[in-house]
Amino acid sequence: MIEHLPALMVALPLFGAFIAPLFKKHYKGVSIWAIFITGISVVLSLLLTKEVVTNGIIMYVFGADKPTLVLPSGYVVPIRIMFEVDAMGAFMAISATLMSFVGAIYSYSHVKKDTGLEKYYALLMLLEAGILGMVLTGDLFNLFVFLEIAGIAGSALVGFRNYRGEASEAGIKYLMVSSVASLMVLFAVGIFYGQYGNLNLAYIAKNVSFNMVDMIALGLLFASFAMKCGAVPMHYWVPDAYTEVPAGINPPLLVATYASLYALFRVSFTLFANVVIDLARVGWIMSILGVLTMFIGVTMALIQKDVKRLMSYHAISQTGYMLLGVGVGLTVLHDPSKLAEFGRDAMAGGVFHIINHIIYKSLLLMTAGALFYVTGTRNLNEMGGLARKMPITTISFMIGAAAISGLPPFNGFASKFLIYETSYRLNPLLTVFAMVTSVLTLASFVKVFASAFLGPPLEKFENKREVPKPMIVAMLILAALCILFGLFPNVVLDKLVYPAVDALINFAQYHSWGGLA
Amino acid sequence: MNGSLFVNFPFIVVALLLALGFYTIGFKRNLIKVVIGVEILEGAVNMFIVALGYVKGGYAPIYTQAPQEAVGKMVLPTPQALTLTSIVIGVAVTALMLAFAVNIYRHYGTLDVTRVRRLRG
Amino acid sequence: MSFTLTTPSGFWNPLFWVIFLALFGLIAYLIYSRGNPSYKKESDQVRPYLSGNIEPAKEKVQVKAGDIYWGFIEALKGYYKILEAIHTGDIRDYILWYLGVGAIVTFILIGGV
Repeated sequence: MIEHLPALMVALPLFGAFIAPLFKKHYKGVSIWAIFITGISVVLSLLLTKEVVTNGIIMYVFGADKPTLVLPSGYVVPIRIMFEVDAMGAFMAISATLMSFVGAIYSYSHVKKDTGLEKYYALLMLLEAGILGMVLTGDLFNLFVFLEIAGIAGSALVGFRNYRGEASEAGIKYLMVSSVASLMVLFAVGIFYGQYGNLNLAYIAKNVSFNMVDMIALGLLFASFAMKCGAVPMHYWVPDAYTEVPAGINPPLLVATYASLYALFRVSFTLFANVVIDLARVGWIMSILGVLTMFIGVTMALIQKDVKRLMSYHAISQTGYMLLGVGVGLTVLHDPSKLAEFGRDAMAGGVFHIINHIIYKSLLLMTAGALFYVTGTRNLNEMGGLARKMPITTISFMIGAAAISGLPPFNGFASKFLIYETSYRLNPLLTVFAMVTSVLTLASFVKVFASAFLGPPLEKFENKREVPKPMIVAMLILAALCILFGLFPNVVLDKLVYPAVDALINFAQYHSWGGLA
Repeated sequence: MNGSLFVNFPFIVVALLLALGFYTIGFKRNLIKVVIGVEILEGAVNMFIVALGYVKGGYAPIYTQAPQEAVGKMVLPTPQALTLTSIVIGVAVTALMLAFAVNIYRHYGTLDVTRVRRLRG
Repeated sequence: MSFTLTTPSGFWNPLFWVIFLALFGLIAYLIYSRGNPSYKKESDQVRPYLSGNIEPAKEKVQVKAGDIYWGFIEALKGYYKILEAIHTGDIRDYILWYLGVGAIVTFILIGGV
């Protein structure tokens, strides 16, 4: 079974998604089914990571027994769809499956009052299948197909609560942005196919050259993936989508956004790192986008009154940290002394920040969902004094807010520390922006804490109680992960993050499996 | 000039359709027209892929009653497969977008893009 | 195995940090538990002093979320006016921004700058 793991990881959620609508009205049964399937996928992803970290890149060919199969006519170029799993892909697969599992547990009681739940869980598992396909594939057109699957499933879930007009508005905005970005990705894939006659990522990486058409393709890919991951100034869809989606889907939707970030890194490092005459330019574009994203995200967050919208602006601003960290690494990629000095650690900070951010942002959005469940509103002006009624939610919120602001000893501090130190070596102004953003992040979470949880207890919340147990379990799993990753950061770095960073830096390893002409 | 314009004519049409698609998305006020703009973009990209697939002197890979000189010159049907996949994805996207547009009309009473903006700021 | 995270110019060990935090927290708790002999609970000392006025209802004195950072937002009014004008919520602007940034990035990559 181990050698079929990449295919199983995509096949299992797809199977779950197609069985789910058969549970016509047994909403409890379909919830248990979703938790079961996502739980098995967590186990599979951990097995896959262990396999990749010990044995190197896994190549899985659909329809042949080895990737170097030669056709009878002597045609030697790889023509089948291949999944190529390296450490970075395995890293993203772990976060995708874990967040889908946590989301399914949380949704057990969060959407209990809604109808049509069998479609909800089918779409959740389809979203997970789309994300897993995106991060495990080694073929450009396959990337486009799974990108579209994740986009369609995600936007259908954004518009799930269709008794509100705003949900459909958010859904059509997300779908439009997602489909325009995916169409431009398909255009770039078409450019590559026309030039090189093949869609395999490793084959194109080996043969790509520096001419105008390829640079146009890189520009289109860069801008499209940057829009899909919420970089400023193309971030306008993020608050709308994250606000209206039911809070149990926020974790997988967040991972879908960061799977696009993974695709951006895959394109910049593996496809183009050898060709661009001035790779420092691409790196500087990424770093400047990162700093702009950070600052505009957090200043817009400070003036929001809707609690989930505030947290989505913070999601945008933390994406800036990842872009900054990896951008610093990309800028010095061709300079061996600087790369060993601070480039590799900058990229480690950026990549570590991905999983940290996914964990604490999911935790915070789930506490916002708990607030909505208890009070029925998302407007911060109407909440107050809930700390005594919902103690566990308050503690989870405090852990999440401390983690996102970068307070020790939580996990946010470890990755932000790496990013501060290494971006200072490139240019001190970048670090100034990063630190000011951290301070403003703490300020806006103090605002949420003070207005929603602190203060005297209000009369209208007199008989409200703590949220049901499945939601508490989901929040506590993530809070425990926050604390664990914060107390043992170097264990996570050595086992998960540094292999991923090395897989990105040694981009020649990606096309070294011997079947290429 | 004559030869290159004739050979590149599909690609000129693709560029025109891309410009038209982005103009429709960017400057039209009715939500249905914006959805049609996304459709035009999708048609442009599909046409690009099909136009790329032209091989001069190649034969379609059909073995039934194939002519004798087609033995070593059959083309791989990959671009057509990519286009079919893309068309199906486009159908799903259009259906979902129009469903959202129907629901927006029911709740907002208007399809004017400048007034369907309750989520802003 | 060591539990220290080493960075290019420093190191961070969260376990020692937590141990020191617990130690100083213990010392602070010992000082706190000695108490203050002049504090009497359940007397007039603990009620808020409002110059003799009656205490209003709790809903009226709560600081609303939109007013907490009034000074900061007022000081940056020019910046926020531009920022709020950009965030229109109009779907056409989302795609137009994408086109603009895509054109700039492609232009820089081709080597035009």
